[in-house]
Amino acid sequence: MDFADALLVSIVTASTPLLLAAIGELVVERSGVLNLGVEGMMIMGAVCAFATSLTTGNPYLGILAGILGGAAMSLLFAFLTLGLVANQYATGLALSLLGLGFSGMIGENYVGTPGVKLPTLDIPVLSDLPVVGDALFNQDILFYIAILLVFFVSWLLFKSRWGLILRAVGENHNSAHALGYNVNRVRLYSVLFGGVCSGLSGAYLSLVYTNLWIENMTAGRGWIALALVVFASWLPWRTIAGAYLFGAVLILQFHAQGAGWEVPSQLLSALPYLATIVALVFISRNRTVARVNTPSCLGQSFVPDR
Amino acid sequence: MRLEMQKRQSPSQAMSLLSPVLAIILTLLTGAIMFSLLGFNPGKALYVYFVEPLLDPWSLQELVVKASPLILIAVGLTICYRSNNWNIGAEGQFTIGAICGSVLPIMFPDFQNYAVFPIMLAMGAIGGALFAYIPALLKNRFATNEILTSLMLTYVALLLLDFIVRGPWKDPEGYNFPESRLFHSYAQAPSLFEGGRMHIGALFAVIAAIVVFVLFIRTLKGFEIKVIGETPRAGNFAGFSKERMTVFAFLVSGALTGLAGILEVSGPIGQLRPTISPGYGFTAIIVAFLGRLNPIGAIFAGLLLALSYLGGEAAQVDLGISEKTAKAFQGILLFYVLACDTLIHYRIRIVFSNKTQVKEVA
Repeated sequence: MDFADALLVSIVTASTPLLLAAIGELVVERSGVLNLGVEGMMIMGAVCAFATSLTTGNPYLGILAGILGGAAMSLLFAFLTLGLVANQYATGLALSLLGLGFSGMIGENYVGTPGVKLPTLDIPVLSDLPVVGDALFNQDILFYIAILLVFFVSWLLFKSRWGLILRAVGENHNSAHALGYNVNRVRLYSVLFGGVCSGLSGAYLSLVYTNLWIENMTAGRGWIALALVVFASWLPWRTIAGAYLFGAVLILQFHAQGAGWEVPSQLLSALPYLATIVALVFISRNRTVARVNTPSCLGQSFVPDR
Repeated sequence: MRLEMQKRQSPSQAMSLLSPVLAIILTLLTGAIMFSLLGFNPGKALYVYFVEPLLDPWSLQELVVKASPLILIAVGLTICYRSNNWNIGAEGQFTIGAICGSVLPIMFPDFQNYAVFPIMLAMGAIGGALFAYIPALLKNRFATNEILTSLMLTYVALLLLDFIVRGPWKDPEGYNFPESRLFHSYAQAPSLFEGGRMHIGALFAVIAAIVVFVLFIRTLKGFEIKVIGETPRAGNFAGFSKERMTVFAFLVSGALTGLAGILEVSGPIGQLRPTISPGYGFTAIIVAFLGRLNPIGAIFAGLLLALSYLGGEAAQVDLGISEKTAKAFQGILLFYVLACDTLIHYRIRIVFSNKTQVKEVA
């Protein structure tokens, strides 16, 4: 593996968790729900996946556990915001704090234990391609799932009847309700989908990215994924571009250190966060673009009149 | 079976007092279940967690020491959250306040007199306020989401602190430990009692809570915060500027948080270290909501969450229960608070299959 090869592989590895979480949150936000708890769902996914794969020795059961962890958290969020019309901002924050606290407790016994690595699935012939072969065609199942999910979400939102309803609910929940759609049920499924994706993303972190359990190992990736959704203007395809851009920034720090740059490591570690701010400013600056794409009912609770 | 929400004609007064209490009770019940699942005697565990720290004068002082920063930060956050400005970067503002306030005792250790401490407090507050101004400015100028920017800046602030104490501000006589030099006596927060741990920060916390409380109920600014937060359109017609309110909320909250930061390092810690806060900035969010976004409520809520920190330590020492349970507790508490707050505005009915069988819950 030469340098370009290795660089590409590492960028893909850093980007995949962002992509998974962002594509899930994109669907959630398209239905008009702002779930700020991505970080919490992700870290629960990570700890569940890690603990399960370590106990059973099977990383695929780990992935399943990660999905369940993320989904369970998202159901908690749905119960509060959809069932009890609690404030979505506050509940999302609560979900993040709860996830970080809870995962620390569950994961305490696993600190420092090496985990079970998710095997890569080599796609014959294609994986022999120069440069991109290893990065794109010799990856683990979660990478392929992430890419397929982008295809799926893009089809779901813009080509299927389901997506039309989902977007209608996000744009104007009163009209959708008047048309006879069950707003909160559509939102429940969306939130659940977001939870599953965040769980997958967490599983990727603990099974592939680090292959260790470290407390707070998500390190703000859930929040970066939230920023990615804004960055992508709620369009599925753009999340890929965004995720790889951010993945490249995340990876830059390792290579910069390797290349012997005389820069404090903390500055390099701060780069992804600074880049997120710059990207947000850049994309939000144009208010008309933001207004056209933002789901109109984003963050608003819906209580049917009766 | 499904839930049915019925809006109350007016918010229930009784429920707005009862809901935090209900949330605390539910948290304790959940805690009991959690402890028994972990294989501990739930009664004993809860006793060690929430009662024992209150029985000994030393830990009562410690309780106040831990509650003070939580209250100071949460009081500022009430202004933000009431006016719909979602500042969740308090942890970063706390850190920057601590760094800015420490300039004098670390860079000019020979400058020693009574002016040092007040200057440190001022610099800490200004530092915190300016750091909080960044998300406010970006929100007003570029319509960026303040939640994300304030949180991203927190990570930047924490890394900056890490860099400073390992690099330029590392104590030259510190045997290469990543710590700044110890603050000289003029730079330390005065104790409230001779030889006690309780320091002047407790006074600041109480004063801040009272001042902001009066601001809310007695001043035009307080009314403006309420109008802009609850009905932005009405605020617009009244000529209140949402942009100016955003700046105001972030500046005040940043200043109080920065003050809490410098008080923490000049008080209990006495120097800068890579980690100066056990997540006060995030826990204060819970404090603000548990106190029902009321500054006086924040005092009680701050004491309770400080107790959860102390209880976590006690449970680790006495029973071998992981200290991490404290963070889980705090998260669970916020969930119940938010759930119970629904009861203020809604009646909740559980509907079984048909409308014929309706059971009133609250």
